[in-house]
Amino acid sequence: MLRSLATLLVFQCLGESVSYEFALPVPGPVIGMLLLFAFVMMRPPTADALEPTALELLRHLSLLFVPAGVGIMVSAQTVRGEAFAVIASLVVSTTIGIAVTALVTRALLRRQRRRLAAAEVDA
Amino acid sequence: MNPLPKLDAIWVYLAATPLLGLTLTLVAYLIAINVYTRFRFNPLANPVLIAVAIVVLALKVSDTPYKTYFEGAQFVHFLLGPATVALALPLYRQWPKLKRTALPLVGGLVAGSLAAIGSAVGIAALFGASRQTLASIAPKSATTPIAMAVADRIGGIPSLTAVLVISTGVFGAVTARGILRMLRVEELEVRGFAIGVAAHGIGTARAFQVSEEMGAFAGLGMGLNGVFTAFVVPVLPPVLLRWL
Repeated sequence: MLRSLATLLVFQCLGESVSYEFALPVPGPVIGMLLLFAFVMMRPPTADALEPTALELLRHLSLLFVPAGVGIMVSAQTVRGEAFAVIASLVVSTTIGIAVTALVTRALLRRQRRRLAAAEVDA
Repeated sequence: MNPLPKLDAIWVYLAATPLLGLTLTLVAYLIAINVYTRFRFNPLANPVLIAVAIVVLALKVSDTPYKTYFEGAQFVHFLLGPATVALALPLYRQWPKLKRTALPLVGGLVAGSLAAIGSAVGIAALFGASRQTLASIAPKSATTPIAMAVADRIGGIPSLTAVLVISTGVFGAVTARGILRMLRVEELEVRGFAIGVAAHGIGTARAFQVSEEMGAFAGLGMGLNGVFTAFVVPVLPPVLLRWL
């Protein structure tokens, strides 16, 4: 577990370095994730070693958002006079975001499947 | 003898160390998980929401400032970095499936992300939000560090964006199941991906509680939308704002 945690931290450091060095708008941990992904693709056995720790962390992903969530409740007054506009925008746009992503992805997936099936029939 | 002054002294002593903030966070989370389990993982009993409510209440009652609390809670907060890196593993496991569905996923991402950004900015503008608020709203579906950096760049208020990002995540995690059910979307990969794109990490946390496959697709959606938002929003809202 310690070794896995160290590996995750090393890749986070690498990601932070890349993000800093190239002044990327993408934060270090996201780049660290891509680097680790590339690494386990090249060396699949590391995936088995890292997996238990990684999944344990991800199982409790909710916990990790609690401190930030508390901070937000404390500073929620920032919205002040525009509360209604902001809440309406947030509720509607998040609903639209989920719906449009799901419907477009599903439609494209189905089209892809139909095409694959058609190609098989042709062949 | 009155035991209260003594208790008060102990509280003051404990509150001065990071111990209390850390303990409070973990205990509040365990209570929240307990409630969540009792409600058979109903998304309305979202554990982030419940744990945050417990901590806020405890801080209010004990009159503890957020800064003091965060001295302990920062250890938990810090793990968000390694947890993001850890998303590489479920991504790796689902890779064969991801590769096959790459094009539909990218199509869904572009459509969903643009729809969310456009409707967020459009509706807020309709209700008379200021330009600064609009710029703070635009990147709200991306994960917090990306959203805050983007907001800063386009003239928003990063701390306001942080509030909106977390609220979006909680709202998405709570409502996604209902929305997707209404649309009769049953495929786990599509459901996970949509939650990740629209509700970033908090949505992804919810997806992992449903299944690992759904979590992997949610993590992918979150990562892709983060990158997409980082590159597109700085270009897009100035265009939108000019027309509004």
